[in-house]
Amino acid sequence: MKRIFSHPKALRKVATHYCPGCGHGIVHRLIAEVVDELRIRQRVIAVAPVGCAVVAYHYWDFDGCEAAHGRALAVATGIKRFRPENIVFTYQGDGDLAAIGTAETIHAANRGENLTVIFINNAVYGMTGGQMAPTTLSGQKTSTTPSGRQVSLTGYPLKISELLAQLPAVRYVERVSVHSPQEVMRAKKAIRQAFINQIDNLGFSLVEVLSACPTYWYMSARQAMDWVRDVMSKEFPLGRIR
Amino acid sequence: MIERIIIAGSGGQGIMLMGKILAEAAMLDNLHVTWFPTYGAEVRGGAAYCMVIISSEDIPSPYIEKADTLIAMNEASLLKFRHRLRSRGLLLMNSSLISKSIKTNASLKVYAFPFTEAASRLGNIRVANMVALGIYIAKRGIFNKQIILSIIERIAPAQKRDLIEVNRQALEEGMRLVR
Amino acid sequence: MGRLAESKTLMSGNEAIGEGAIRAGCDFYAGYPITPQNELTAYMARRMAEQQRIFIQAESELSAINMVLGAAAAGARAMTSSSSPGISLKQEGISYLAGCQLPCVIVNIMRGGPGLGNIAPSQSDYFQATRGGGHGDYRCIVLAPDSVQEAHDLMMLSFELADRYRNPVILLGDGMLGQMMEPLKLAPFNSLKRGKSKQWALTGCLGRQPNVIKSFYMQEGQLEEFNRALQGKYKRIQMQQQRWEELYISDARVILVAYGTMARITRSVVRRLRQRGERVGFLRPISLWPFPQRAFRRIVERRPRANLLVIEMSYGQMVEDVRLAVEGRLRVEFLGRSGGGIPSQEEITRATARCRRR
Repeated sequence: MKRIFSHPKALRKVATHYCPGCGHGIVHRLIAEVVDELRIRQRVIAVAPVGCAVVAYHYWDFDGCEAAHGRALAVATGIKRFRPENIVFTYQGDGDLAAIGTAETIHAANRGENLTVIFINNAVYGMTGGQMAPTTLSGQKTSTTPSGRQVSLTGYPLKISELLAQLPAVRYVERVSVHSPQEVMRAKKAIRQAFINQIDNLGFSLVEVLSACPTYWYMSARQAMDWVRDVMSKEFPLGRIR
Repeated sequence: MIERIIIAGSGGQGIMLMGKILAEAAMLDNLHVTWFPTYGAEVRGGAAYCMVIISSEDIPSPYIEKADTLIAMNEASLLKFRHRLRSRGLLLMNSSLISKSIKTNASLKVYAFPFTEAASRLGNIRVANMVALGIYIAKRGIFNKQIILSIIERIAPAQKRDLIEVNRQALEEGMRLVR
Repeated sequence: MGRLAESKTLMSGNEAIGEGAIRAGCDFYAGYPITPQNELTAYMARRMAEQQRIFIQAESELSAINMVLGAAAAGARAMTSSSSPGISLKQEGISYLAGCQLPCVIVNIMRGGPGLGNIAPSQSDYFQATRGGGHGDYRCIVLAPDSVQEAHDLMMLSFELADRYRNPVILLGDGMLGQMMEPLKLAPFNSLKRGKSKQWALTGCLGRQPNVIKSFYMQEGQLEEFNRALQGKYKRIQMQQQRWEELYISDARVILVAYGTMARITRSVVRRLRQRGERVGFLRPISLWPFPQRAFRRIVERRPRANLLVIEMSYGQMVEDVRLAVEGRLRVEFLGRSGGGIPSQEEITRATARCRRR
């Protein structure tokens, strides 16, 4: 009998700590599938962020490194420059990549570091209890914007992918989502491309994944998926940016 | 034996290089030596000075509070450092850029010559520092001409070998001035 | 005149540190410009390229130290350098390096503070270097050279200790040491096969279980256990790595204590007073952490009536370690200036005379 579905080798058989409906588990698995398909499990090194995915290295079955909040791309730069034969990727949330780590993000991209970045945008800070993220939508309620994000006080949702796409050394930027099976398949394709680019030495590649946080959107998992489709992806349009 | 030299002027006069040549010469003589530069926020046109200490013993600090020698390449640096000279210290002044009216302590051994004019007579205004160095080695007698020339030859950039000759002439001109 | 010096080079402290790193087998340098250590960054830019090793001018000190963390995690001999305000920025990364037990070398060419301060030499980062500086219960090995030669030689030792203990090592100098030139005898190139013995390093999990580099321990008791292990390592370092220089202790009535640039000036005062027949001794901590307590315990035993005079380019930081080391059994006096001021030979001589009378 032909096997059409199995547990990826690069994903450990352990339960994650993520909430029901959270996108992290899906994206972790997509990365593991891509790593298996590209046969790079023994070459790959992950850099985990500070945020909900802080222990991502416990879920993958390959080498991993922690980074201080926001510093993942500096750490990844150090690893990749010393070991160019390895495949190095960062996995970062919106706070890590687009708030506290903005400088590291922009400069790693501008140097054209040959790295793969998986950027999880869920428009809120999950780990610390639902505070405003740089990508929080206008009017969205969080524990630090209790009456909804007011752009006059806190700025607009930051479209870091569009900003990065301006830089000449950036090879590839695509925004995807994991709110439906079709989108999950598209997301996997983009993640695969971002890894292939690194294998081919093509430079900085980033995939932004819109991901649901039912817990701090104060929604059911189902409502959260619909909200990504109907609201969030209007603010953050899906598709190839560079 | 200890010799504490302050070399001062403005950026572009080759102040740091003079100090480094003396420091190299001292090193080749197996003496203790320190060289200490100005390091400031101004990059161009500001005051430049360096401090060189040559000693037969350990040198405590490379910073000079009382100098045995001051080589003043312009007026501002003379005014800034003249009070640092010990009595009976050696003062070499570039009279091309220092007005005659400036008083110096009577106890000093003063040699005032137009370094800059001497250098332009040789065809390169930038070797005024070597004129001063020639006067210095002639008066202090701690290094001979050959050692200084060998250092200049070693540090001259390969594409500018012709500079060695004019530097040698300037050094000799300085020695001649005080003969 | 003396005989011709053999194979010496005139180098500034900053360059000598850079060349020391090159010869120690430094694979990776990341830094951000700041006075008075810019010559070191520029030297590394040139020499690392010549040696086909890695040099990165980072976008900030924060980024530089985290690049060092990544390279160290991947098994490199990695370093960064900066001066006081820049070192403050690196503290987060240094805490993580200590927590991840990663080897690296951090050079601090100290300048005056607090805040932007000035660019004059200073020793006011002693607390920051020896107490940790960042958050958490950790220590960095801190070595303090007092000459261009020693700065060069201690770079070799710094990389060795960093690897041996998997711990950050700080080379603590000041603007004067960084800027001054002195004749230097270059150390031989370290011939070790780099990265080979680091079984813990991230190399990709070919033929082994995956490695993880982290300082994060959330399960109950885990972090305490980890901290106990760290403390065990620090104890070992304290036992094995106390380093100092001492002169004329055996009959001294007053013992002058100083490190780095301040020790050069102090040593020459001590020599001069000795020539006059005064019973003055000299002690120079070379390792600031671990602090050479053994040297002070011996003084307490052998010279129980001696007075100590600690001299610093700060308003009193190392003096606290001296007081802890002698546990109140000897009188400890202090002379210090800061913000660009350096205690002069005359000031030291006068302070020594005051100590003697007591």
